[in-house]
Amino acid sequence: MTVSENDYLEIGGKILTSRFFIGTGKFADNKKMPEVIHAGKASVVTVALRRADLKSTEENILDHIPQDVVLMPNTSGARTAEEAIRIAHLSKAMGCGSWIKIEVISDNRYLLPDNQETLKATEILAAEGFTVLPYISPELMDAKRLVDAGAAAVMPFAAPIGSNRGLRTKELVQILIDEIDAPIIVDAGIGRPSEAAECMEMGAAAVLVNTAVATAGSPVKMAEAFSQAIIAGRTAFLAGTGRILAAGASSASSPLTGFLRREEV
Amino acid sequence: MSAETYLQEKQQYNDLNFTDFLNKVTEEDVLQVLTKNRISRMDFLRLLSPAAQKHLEDMAQRSRRDTIRNFGYTMQLFTPMYIADYCDNLCVYCGFNHNNKISRRCLTMDEIAKEAENITQTGLRNILVLTGESQKYSPVDYILEAVEVLRKYFDSVAIEVYSFSEKDYIRAADTGVDGMTMFQECYDKDIYETLHPGGPKADYEYRLDAPERACRAGIRNVNIGALLGLNEWHEEAFFTGVHADYLQHKYKDTEIAVSTPRMRPCSAGYAPRSIVNDIELVQYITALRIFLPRAGITLSTREKPRMRDHLVKMGITKISGGVTVAVGGHTKGEDDGQFEISDQRSVPQMAQMLYAQGYQPVYKDWQTLI
Repeated sequence: MTVSENDYLEIGGKILTSRFFIGTGKFADNKKMPEVIHAGKASVVTVALRRADLKSTEENILDHIPQDVVLMPNTSGARTAEEAIRIAHLSKAMGCGSWIKIEVISDNRYLLPDNQETLKATEILAAEGFTVLPYISPELMDAKRLVDAGAAAVMPFAAPIGSNRGLRTKELVQILIDEIDAPIIVDAGIGRPSEAAECMEMGAAAVLVNTAVATAGSPVKMAEAFSQAIIAGRTAFLAGTGRILAAGASSASSPLTGFLRREEV
Repeated sequence: MSAETYLQEKQQYNDLNFTDFLNKVTEEDVLQVLTKNRISRMDFLRLLSPAAQKHLEDMAQRSRRDTIRNFGYTMQLFTPMYIADYCDNLCVYCGFNHNNKISRRCLTMDEIAKEAENITQTGLRNILVLTGESQKYSPVDYILEAVEVLRKYFDSVAIEVYSFSEKDYIRAADTGVDGMTMFQECYDKDIYETLHPGGPKADYEYRLDAPERACRAGIRNVNIGALLGLNEWHEEAFFTGVHADYLQHKYKDTEIAVSTPRMRPCSAGYAPRSIVNDIELVQYITALRIFLPRAGITLSTREKPRMRDHLVKMGITKISGGVTVAVGGHTKGEDDGQFEISDQRSVPQMAQMLYAQGYQPVYKDWQTLI
């Protein structure tokens, strides 16, 4: 659901029906995912290609992704650009479309992304015609290089994957939102709907959530809550409340610039 | 940390008196550890103390929370495939001991394919290959030939065999081996040497260094463990956790996992030197999870169904099903195995148990990229 007719998010030539991207892979039962996805009105669903099993008649995660969402396979498990590229090619060969979320992680302790390898993979896959959404540590110049290389959006993390620690990288994400000419989609670390709303208030184009929904007491209810929070945050951003000057800055009792007015008189 | 080998790293604890340290830990110390987001190695040891047992439920709750956050409500399933049990080693506790009079086998590539075909019927897309240590019957070339056959049936192949040289681990990775399991069995060198009196495995250091050689060779998953029962358990648990921490820190691109096997009686007739009871096993597993939130923890079929069903909720990320520990057991049924298993459930039965507990069984978690 978009906020208004004129406010929509377009990525890779697709107009998305919402600003809620949802992750899979942590649900207790893949069969329940369609209900969760629909409850949250998620428009994009990311799936780890490493788990997709076309040979299986029962346990192929891809069979549980509704037809009315955009499938965004991801390269989870890739440790280098080369591995990410191979996974992207596998994804295409498996008929998973042309979207690819690049995840290159060579740190298994915190699961922090490797921006340099991500850039290498993005350059090659974007040139091959993939719609590339790279997952990165929020860093301005890396984000800029990614967009120059053809990334369709940039996905900085809020906090390490699965940490549910909220928007720890706020300042850096805000810089990306302000300076990068591509949608900024906050991915990973968001633990609560209020944090998703905060990302949207700041001007993020969308939010991707996985752990917070999949591990909630009721994933369906939590998906609904995220959906509402994302819409609320977006509405607030459009309403112009996304930027609030630091408290006190505009109400000093002895304004520094007051003398200008006195001289004018 | 700048140690070049785990042996060097481990030496800093040479003067640590485990009994003294563990007995001095208070309940207050334990509660303080449990309030921390990340805990130190010595905190990990505190969680292995007798005082920590009084807070086992707190540890279990924390362990469950950390596991779900990092791995979700999912559980990887795997099954071992024994392809050869000839062995030159004299491990006093093992059914494959060279001197044991058991009928031994070494599967042909056709037989391996047949086993593979049977296992794929269960839906499993990964396989763990095991052999004894015999340069005559199961040399590296034989194992890698088997891996090539198995890759036609499985998306991911791991090995649990003897220690390879780094060069051979590189060959293994190039052949498509994604994972390796190597139990040190016993981290106490003196006890290790009495338990492994002959054969190549008698070389304590070469074995201790094997997981690191595999990391350097680029094998994706490295799984380590001590065989509980061979020595006093606190020390073994500590050195296993510290080994995993050392590897995880040094080889960030390798997925490090830990197994927590407890000794069962086997045909070698060896009685465990120390018994690890159920409470202690839970304490070990939950302490490991709190210490290493991102490490895999693998649970074998040495445990009974009731224990396994409960442990699933407390930190385990990978569990076996449809297990046979006999060569060719997936085709011909049981024979003399390496040890006795305590959970006979098939892969579908394990999947059913997992669903009932609110977990998604994962049959495939990686696809070899070569």
